Amino acid sequence: MSRRSSGNMKLAALSFALAGGALICASAVSVNAEDAARTPAITTAELDTYVKGMWPHVEPGWEGRLAQDETQALCSRVRNNPSAEDAEKITQREAATVKYPGDGNVLGDWREGEKIASSGKGGQFSDAPDTKHGGNCYACHQLAPDELAFGTIGPSLTGYGKQHGFSPEAARTAYAKLFNAQASVACSNMPRFGVHGFLTEQQLKDVNAFLFDRESPVNK
Amino acid sequence: MIIRRFLRFPAVLALAGCTVISVCSAGFAQEGGGESLEKYREMINDPMANPAFLNVDRGEALWAEPRGAKNVSLESCDLGKGPGVLDGAYAELPRYFEDTKKVMDLEQRLLWCMEKIQGLDTKDVLKRKFGAPGVNSDMEDLVAFIANKSSGMKYVVPLSHPEERKAYDVGKELFFRRGSLLDFSCATCHSSDGTRIRLQELPNLTKPGPDAQASLGSWPTYRVSQSQTRTMQHRLYDCYRQMRMPPPEYGSDGLTALMLYLTKQAEGGTLNVPSIKR
Repeated sequence: MSRRSSGNMKLAALSFALAGGALICASAVSVNAEDAARTPAITTAELDTYVKGMWPHVEPGWEGRLAQDETQALCSRVRNNPSAEDAEKITQREAATVKYPGDGNVLGDWREGEKIASSGKGGQFSDAPDTKHGGNCYACHQLAPDELAFGTIGPSLTGYGKQHGFSPEAARTAYAKLFNAQASVACSNMPRFGVHGFLTEQQLKDVNAFLFDRESPVNK
Repeated sequence: MIIRRFLRFPAVLALAGCTVISVCSAGFAQEGGGESLEKYREMINDPMANPAFLNVDRGEALWAEPRGAKNVSLESCDLGKGPGVLDGAYAELPRYFEDTKKVMDLEQRLLWCMEKIQGLDTKDVLKRKFGAPGVNSDMEDLVAFIANKSSGMKYVVPLSHPEERKAYDVGKELFFRRGSLLDFSCATCHSSDGTRIRLQELPNLTKPGPDAQASLGSWPTYRVSQSQTRTMQHRLYDCYRQMRMPPPEYGSDGLTALMLYLTKQAEGGTLNVPSIKR
């Protein structure tokens, strides 16, 4: 996925059009209804001037982080409550990005996966550039039953593999979710680890093994 | 202030620091909510136990110290309630200022006063914007001092000027703006009731209420994990770091807009600052 600095005009027009559509469809959800009632629209262009002011000088290679892709822009506008129509568009677009491993194997080493799930490092301006990225799964999810320091932003994943009968189909679906959470849930809070290349293919397999391996503490 | 006498005795400082840290760590690691909360409340308001009062003292001195090319103090700086009026000023910031025709937060206003009133080259002040071991931050000291002058008061955020309403709207858009490598926005962590990241409870900052009041009512704070007093500017900087964004520009209008959005949610909440956090 490329960071399009050239597509800003198209993006602005699209975002504005989508925002208009989203406002009309928003009445069912209280946050959006409130928004529609009282907030005069801040255009994307206007917001961008503030964003530029917040990051006037950026290290080489970091400029892309300031731009938003279509999904990020839309989910921002609708406060992560897309209409059914927009949700369909988003999941279709995101599902198309999923790349399964070339060798067809979606499971790796659960011990490595556990380490990745426990690490919140990588990608921060305070990290050395070669810092190994963690998935920080425990920030949001319960996983191994004896790890008590887990977050509750996402659902508990304790027993995940077991609950899905350790089935290869379920493992494949989970891999897709790890690669791109929005392929299944539009505007999901979960990072799209594979899309941004934040976790490598091997890391995704390892995390998936942490969920699906019979020996993994997740399933004990 | 009595503290100045104690500043000559590093041993006393070290002991006070150790006591705070050991009580803090004990409180956060072992005890349940109620008891550590009581101890914590007692500590924040005790200048002998809360290390942030060292910053308050330094801030008080800086406010009165003649500096810059004009060799005058900051004492005529208008923080929104009139030149030199400190009581309650922090509780009404960010706000629109007629002289600059823009919405400004405390840090922006202090930098502006340093330049305009004192003729101070703020390069060094900005270089030391965040304190570090062996490095004092004038900004953090001044904010601690000035915020403390609003301690016990309620946040007042009328959004009476159109520029304030606009800044609120911009702040809201920034709050929900998803981006960078993990698709995070502020809302990713701060838009639900009763959730936590690892074991850290997360306030819901999308609506007025006790979460926002408790959160905004406790900044600036002494952060035990960093051994530094930190302001809301630093907290936002730290959030953006975790969001995998580049470091945001200190004193930028976007940060002020975001701060105004958050402060509005805390409207009517009581400040108790500087506080202590982990």
